[in-house]
Amino acid sequence: MSKGAAIQRFLTGWGRRVGGIADVERPTAIRALIPQGPSAIARGLGRSYGDAALNTGGRVWLTERLNRILAFDPTTGILQAESGVTLSDVIALGLPHGWFPYVTPGTRHATLGGCIAADVHGKNHHREGGFGEYVEQFTLVLADGKRCACSRTEQAPLFWSTIGGMGLTGFIRDVTIRLRRIETPVIVRQHLPARDLAEMFRYFETPEFDDVYTVAWIDALADEKSLGRGVFMKGHHAARTETPPDRQSLAWQPTAAWTVPFNAPTWLMNPTTIGAFNRLYAWSQARTTAPTFSTLDAFFYPLDRLTQWPRLYGRPGFLQYQCVLPTATAPTALPDILRLFARHRCPSFLAVLKRMGPEGQGLLSFPREGYTLALDIPAKDPSLLPLLERVDEVVVKYAGRVYLAKDCRLKAATFQAMYPRWETWRSVQHMIDPEHRFQSDLSRRLQLTAV
Amino acid sequence: MKKAVLILGAGSEIARAAAAAWARRGYAIFLAGRDVEDLARSAADLRVRYGVTTDHAVFDAQAEDSGRIITDAVQKIGALSGVLIAFGDNGDQRRAETDDAEALRIMDVNFVRAALMAAAAARYFQPLKTGFIVGISSVAGDRGRQSNYVYGASKGGLSLFLQGLRNRLAREGVHVMTVKPGFVDTAMTFGKPRLFAVAAPAAVGEAIVKAAERRRDVVYVPGFWRSIMTVIGFIPERVFKKLSL
Repeated sequence: MSKGAAIQRFLTGWGRRVGGIADVERPTAIRALIPQGPSAIARGLGRSYGDAALNTGGRVWLTERLNRILAFDPTTGILQAESGVTLSDVIALGLPHGWFPYVTPGTRHATLGGCIAADVHGKNHHREGGFGEYVEQFTLVLADGKRCACSRTEQAPLFWSTIGGMGLTGFIRDVTIRLRRIETPVIVRQHLPARDLAEMFRYFETPEFDDVYTVAWIDALADEKSLGRGVFMKGHHAARTETPPDRQSLAWQPTAAWTVPFNAPTWLMNPTTIGAFNRLYAWSQARTTAPTFSTLDAFFYPLDRLTQWPRLYGRPGFLQYQCVLPTATAPTALPDILRLFARHRCPSFLAVLKRMGPEGQGLLSFPREGYTLALDIPAKDPSLLPLLERVDEVVVKYAGRVYLAKDCRLKAATFQAMYPRWETWRSVQHMIDPEHRFQSDLSRRLQLTAV
Repeated sequence: MKKAVLILGAGSEIARAAAAAWARRGYAIFLAGRDVEDLARSAADLRVRYGVTTDHAVFDAQAEDSGRIITDAVQKIGALSGVLIAFGDNGDQRRAETDDAEALRIMDVNFVRAALMAAAAARYFQPLKTGFIVGISSVAGDRGRQSNYVYGASKGGLSLFLQGLRNRLAREGVHVMTVKPGFVDTAMTFGKPRLFAVAAPAAVGEAIVKAAERRRDVVYVPGFWRSIMTVIGFIPERVFKKLSL
C-alpha cells in the first residue's frame, strides 16, 4: 500500500472559532506512529471546543483509523482498544452484554484517547469521579518512538500526567478501561424546576434529590430576581425490577441523527431567539416532575441527534466557557458570574450546572470538588473576550478553574493560577519529551511546552 | 458448512471493511498481509466485535511461494468459501515514466501477482464446484489516462483476466467478481484533490460483500461510478488527449 503522506488542511476546534493549517496525517497501522517533523499532536473526532487538537504549522495525527477493539471480557467489563475507538463503539459492543461506559461526556462521538487526554467527566462526577478513574492502563508512544506502558503501578507519574494531559505526553495508543454493569438500557429520570439559584443548590445538596447522575440546565438570560432559574435533572440506570418488560432488551438501537447541512446565518443566534428557546425548553423539560423512563441516547447525548450542530452558530462559531468553583465559594461566585453574563445580555443556550466530587490525581485534570458551570456563547460579539477575562478573574479569586478541553483564550498566567499542579506536570512532561515533539496550539498558548 | 474467507492484502482499508462485513455475517476470516503485528490487531477486532474465528499470517504477493497462502489458510481455518484479492499499489506514475523498475513493480503487483493469486484460488475452488473469487480492480483500469496509466493498465489487465476467468469458471459453480472502486476515503486518496465525493470504506466493504452474495459480475463502488465511467468512455480520444485527466 502506498503510505498516506501528510496533507495540508485547515482544522478548527468544535466551536469553530479558532483554527489553523497543519500537516495532517491519518495513520492506519501502528507502525506509522513515529513522531516526525517539528511537532505533533493527536486528534480524535475533534470534539474539543478550543485549540487542544490544533497544531498550526505542525503535524496533526487523526486517530480515527486506529480504531480496533483488541479485547473485551463480558464477565468483567474490561475492554482494551486502540485510542481511536469511540464511546459509540464501546456502547455498541458492551451494551448487549450489560456494560456501559462508567463516565461519559455529552457526546458519544468522542474517542477513548480524547477522553483520557481531557480526563472527561459526566453527570456522575460528584459520586464516581472522572474518566481517568476507570482507566486501568494505556500504552504511550513517546517522542523518541519508544512505547511505554503506563498504569497506577507502572510509570505512575507519566500515567497521571497523561490523564488530563491534553495529549502532550505522547501518542496514546492502546487503552484498557473498566465499564459499568447495567441491567437495562433505561434511565429513570426526574426533572424538577428551580426558581432561583438557592433552590437549585438545595436540589443538588439534599440527599433526597441526589442520584447517580445529576445536572441542571440554567436560563442564563434570567434577570436578577430569578438568577439561576432552571431545571434540575437527575437519573440512574434502571434496575430490571423498575423497568417495564418491553423496555428491558439490551440490543443497541442508536437514535438516528439529523445533519445541519450548512452554516446558519449569524443573526439566528440572538438574545430574542435564544430567550424564546430557553423559555420553551424550560417549559418542555418541567412539564412533569414525576419520574419517567428515558433512553440512553436521550439522557446522555441529546446533542448527538443533530450532527454538525455548531453550524447553527454560523461562520463565527461559538465559544464554550466552562469553569468549576469550590462548594464553599460557589454560592457567592456563581451569582457574580451569572450576573456578568446576564448584564452583558450574553445569549446562551445550554448553560449547564453540575456538581463535582473530589479532585482526581490527574495533574492537569479539570474536575475538582464543587460546582461546574458551562455556557455556549456565539462568538460574533467582539466584546466577549474582555467579558470572559472578567469572568476568569472571578474564577481565580474564588479558587476555581477553567476546562482546557473547552478553552481557546485563557492566558498562561491565569492558567497557572488555576492549575496549581502545573509545574509538577511540566517537569514530568519535559523529562519525557525534552525536545517538545508533542505540541498543540493550546500548549504553546499556555506555555506548557516550548513557546 | 462453516463459511470462511481469505483476505489477501488485509491491511488495506477496503479489505478491512470487507472483512468486517463478512464477519458480521458470521464468516471465519483469515487475514493475510505484510504487517503481521497490525493484522493481529485487525483479527482481534473481528473476534471481539463479531465473535467469529480468525487467523492471520504474513503474506507478500511478490514472494516466490505466495500461492501457498491458500493451503496455509485452509489448514488453519478450514475449507474456504471465498478469496478476496485486495492488495495493490498506486505506485509513482511520474517515476515510472523514467524508471522501468518502478513501472515493472506497479505492473507486477497490480496485474501479474493479483492475476496469479486469482488463478491459484481458481485451482482451489474448481474441484470443489463452489466458492467465490473477488478481485479489487479499479475505475482507473477502464480508460488509460495520462496521469496514472501504468497503474491503470495493470488494473485494466486484471479486469480482463478476471473477466476471462469468470467466463471459464461460470459452468464450474465458481463465481468471479470484479470490483471497481471509485474514490474511497483511504490512505491512497487521503488529501488528494478530487472531482467527486469520496465514499467511506465501511460502506464500500458492505457493498462488496452484498454484491458477492448476489453473485454480481462487475460492480462499481459506489454505484454511481458506473455512470461516470460510461460518460468518460464516450469522450472521443481526440478530445480526451487535450484534457489533463
